[in-house]
Amino acid sequence: MATIETQVLIIGGGVTGAGIMRDLSLRGIHCILIEKKDLCAGASGGNHGLLHSGARYVSNDLQSAVECQAEGATLKSIAPHCIEETGGLFVGVEGDDESFAAAFPSLCSTAGIDCEEISSAAARELEPVLSDKLVSAFRVADATIDPFHLALENVAQATTACASNYMPYCRILRFDSANGRLQAAVCEDMRSGETFRIEALQFVNAGGAWAMNIASLAGCTDVHLLWSKGTLLISHDRITAHVINRLRPPGDGDILVPGGTVSVLGTTSVRVESIDNLRPTVEEVNANITEARAMIPSLEGIRYIRAFSRVRPLVQTITTGDDRNVARSFSLFEHSDCVDNFCTITGGKLTTYRLMAEKTADLVAARLGNTRPCTTHTTPLPDAASCKWTTPGASPRYWYSAKKPEDMILCECEMVPQSAIDEVIRHAPGAQKKISLEGIALRTRAGKGPCQGSFCGIRIASHLYDKKHYTDTTGLYHMRDFFSERFKGMRSVIWGRQMAQMELAEALHCGLLGLENLDASTS
Amino acid sequence: MHTPPRTITADLAIIGTGLAGTAAAVFASNRNIACAIAGNTGALAYTTGYFDLLGFFDGRFVGDPWDALAKMQQTAPQHPLAGISPEDVHRAFTEFITFIGDNGITYSQPGSDNLRALTPAGTLKPTLCLPATMAKGVEAISRKAACTVFGFHGLKGFSANQIAANLQNGWPKIEARQIQFPTHLQGELYAEVAARSLEVPANRKLLARILDSEAGQSDYIGLPAILGIHRPDNILHDLEQLTGRRIFEIPTMPPSVPGIRLREMFEQQFPQRDIAMTPQQRIERLDFTGETIALHLKDNHGPIVISAKTALLATGRFLSGGLKARFDSIDEPLAGLPVHQPSSREQWYQNEYLDSRGHEIHQAGIECDASFRPLGKDGRVFDPRLFSAGIILAHQDWIRQRCGAGVAIATAYRAVQAVEDFLAE
Repeated sequence: MATIETQVLIIGGGVTGAGIMRDLSLRGIHCILIEKKDLCAGASGGNHGLLHSGARYVSNDLQSAVECQAEGATLKSIAPHCIEETGGLFVGVEGDDESFAAAFPSLCSTAGIDCEEISSAAARELEPVLSDKLVSAFRVADATIDPFHLALENVAQATTACASNYMPYCRILRFDSANGRLQAAVCEDMRSGETFRIEALQFVNAGGAWAMNIASLAGCTDVHLLWSKGTLLISHDRITAHVINRLRPPGDGDILVPGGTVSVLGTTSVRVESIDNLRPTVEEVNANITEARAMIPSLEGIRYIRAFSRVRPLVQTITTGDDRNVARSFSLFEHSDCVDNFCTITGGKLTTYRLMAEKTADLVAARLGNTRPCTTHTTPLPDAASCKWTTPGASPRYWYSAKKPEDMILCECEMVPQSAIDEVIRHAPGAQKKISLEGIALRTRAGKGPCQGSFCGIRIASHLYDKKHYTDTTGLYHMRDFFSERFKGMRSVIWGRQMAQMELAEALHCGLLGLENLDASTS
Repeated sequence: MHTPPRTITADLAIIGTGLAGTAAAVFASNRNIACAIAGNTGALAYTTGYFDLLGFFDGRFVGDPWDALAKMQQTAPQHPLAGISPEDVHRAFTEFITFIGDNGITYSQPGSDNLRALTPAGTLKPTLCLPATMAKGVEAISRKAACTVFGFHGLKGFSANQIAANLQNGWPKIEARQIQFPTHLQGELYAEVAARSLEVPANRKLLARILDSEAGQSDYIGLPAILGIHRPDNILHDLEQLTGRRIFEIPTMPPSVPGIRLREMFEQQFPQRDIAMTPQQRIERLDFTGETIALHLKDNHGPIVISAKTALLATGRFLSGGLKARFDSIDEPLAGLPVHQPSSREQWYQNEYLDSRGHEIHQAGIECDASFRPLGKDGRVFDPRLFSAGIILAHQDWIRQRCGAGVAIATAYRAVQAVEDFLAE
């Protein structure tokens, strides 16, 4: 069995894992980051993309509120290219608890969060789609952040700083340990099926919702997570300029977040017992829309292009065993009474990912005897050419300015040119081995528009055959897997014009290309 | 200013200008039924040009569609094709293809087995009939002949490399070349533009020279479907003469040239056959209250009323607007017919996109009596003057069963027969 060596093995390619990789690498510590799927496959890629001002948590989790306020400011200074400073509104409508609105300004003030009360009329001037039954409104410093861009830049900087390595589609099977220390992780390359060992001095479990399972592989039974499934919807158009929050304790369908040319509506919260193969249900989609109508009535009639579900890992403190004491804040488990060189970081939120990485890296660096301090809060995150394509609008801006007519647009919804695909294939983090259409879509805007990849998946595959990236039937199977994956997010929002879109897609993929029956269609 | 509506009278008003609507117009015209046709283009521009009858059933490939049709009368009696004898289906295909062939677009005659025709992905699609411009592709595969497939710079979604790479295992003598289309300088090449360019003989000579020099020892040449819009048979013949090789077209991504050919041919031929055609206009309202059925629509010159003794609803499904998916139900928006459909939105789609059972939503549609007259809410004929044809009909899955053209042509044939009987009474 082949063996690879590193100083630190990080397990889990969410933003936290990517952030730890960057943090350690900037301290001169070599790491390998492994992920069983690809970057942001869990909760990191399945949220609103909201960079919290912290106001969301002032009523029920003051520590998180304070952390969000500080981290939001830090990220705006080190990674402005991943962030859109949209500003946010908290709005209450007739029937909402008025005492909550009354207490809101002083709670924000306690947490050090700026909040400005404005009239309902002023709120409706800022956002004309807001309900005419508005009774209270506050402005806060909410913003939006692109988690995919963020994770890619973290990995890219780690690679540049210390030659650290990101390995997608790499699953951990077991740990080898001796004398209370982990020696190596035995892993499987999920594309080739090969198994190999990664030997490291320190092991970090950044598995998010999967952290409990990974910890138990190391023999540690002290991580207790609750799993909360959240379902969100993506609209065809951008509905508001600002982040819109419902001014009430968190519930279904109470946040609408712009993301480039679309908006993201969510979220539901359902306790689940299993975390793999979760999909949005029609019921969850309907619940979000029904609730959100109170803030923005037009959310009922608009076109949605996608829904998605992810699991939030909520850390349960073992002493109480009571759901109400579940903190939204993060937890770092040192596991010192179990193994010497293993730790687990989980819980938390996208906004505080850097802080979570810092605390974890502090522990790991100390265990390695490395005394260099954390610099991730002052070191700007680079703006790498191969990482920029996830940002809405980046492709069309590039294409218009480059003025190269031979550089054809392959994804017409999001205007992704073939040069962007070529750049990603050559240089993007994690694209070293034969990247799939899903991997390309994760690193660009391809497939994110109204047709959800049904056309561009075919065009990109053809382009990749012309480039000799594909030389056999692999491209057909990649197309099949890509369209199947996109469908999971479409299934629960297919009505209205999206039904016509879906019918055309299936006519192409099945009726014409025969992808539902590949073995019969190619022989 | 108020413009009085122009009135068109007809024995049969056909709503929908897709395959079912145009086939119905051909059948009606052949039976001397005065007909008018109007409505959206529908999915005609999306067709590959292949006319399939039944390519898959119960998730399995169908070799002999006639045998499968005969069995369907037991296994799927509600399927629109189950209500039509295989002999009538054969007659319908033959009559329709004869009309198209007489007007410059020759099709292969329906055979006893499904053909396996090329797709732009390099997969094979079962079909009953195909245009003469595509026929030699089937021949080349079955002979495993020396063949060069050409792609053009700038024609997106069509890669000669892809076609060759996916077929090379069973067909070692297939090769791929990527070339510049002769009249195209740079940027995106549209299939329709290339096809119109090849209407010019000088451009065919330029292309033929490149093909001949690049095709090496190949006896066959495969090209994307760009061999002209009008009289493609002549263009094929010309290029074969110029290169001394056998040439065939492979469908491209939609909108595709074979569909545009059919649409333009119908738009040219129908007026010459006294078929009143108002293409590309949506019917706004149907009125059943008078002695005749009234279709209300508008064109660039103002409102039009088509007043007809009978009407045929061939408006297609979601893509062409024949069916509308509301938040939690499916409607037929024009006549307000009841739509057979799954009980809730949760049931519309399977969890897995490519589930071999297909999706329940595709079985939704209009239910009819044996004469293809839609049923109303009470289960009785909605209006004795109203007929329906094509993929708007329930209990079929045109996508997964590869039966879209078959359902369109065969049900149009039977519906027009029923119209003829009704008018005779």
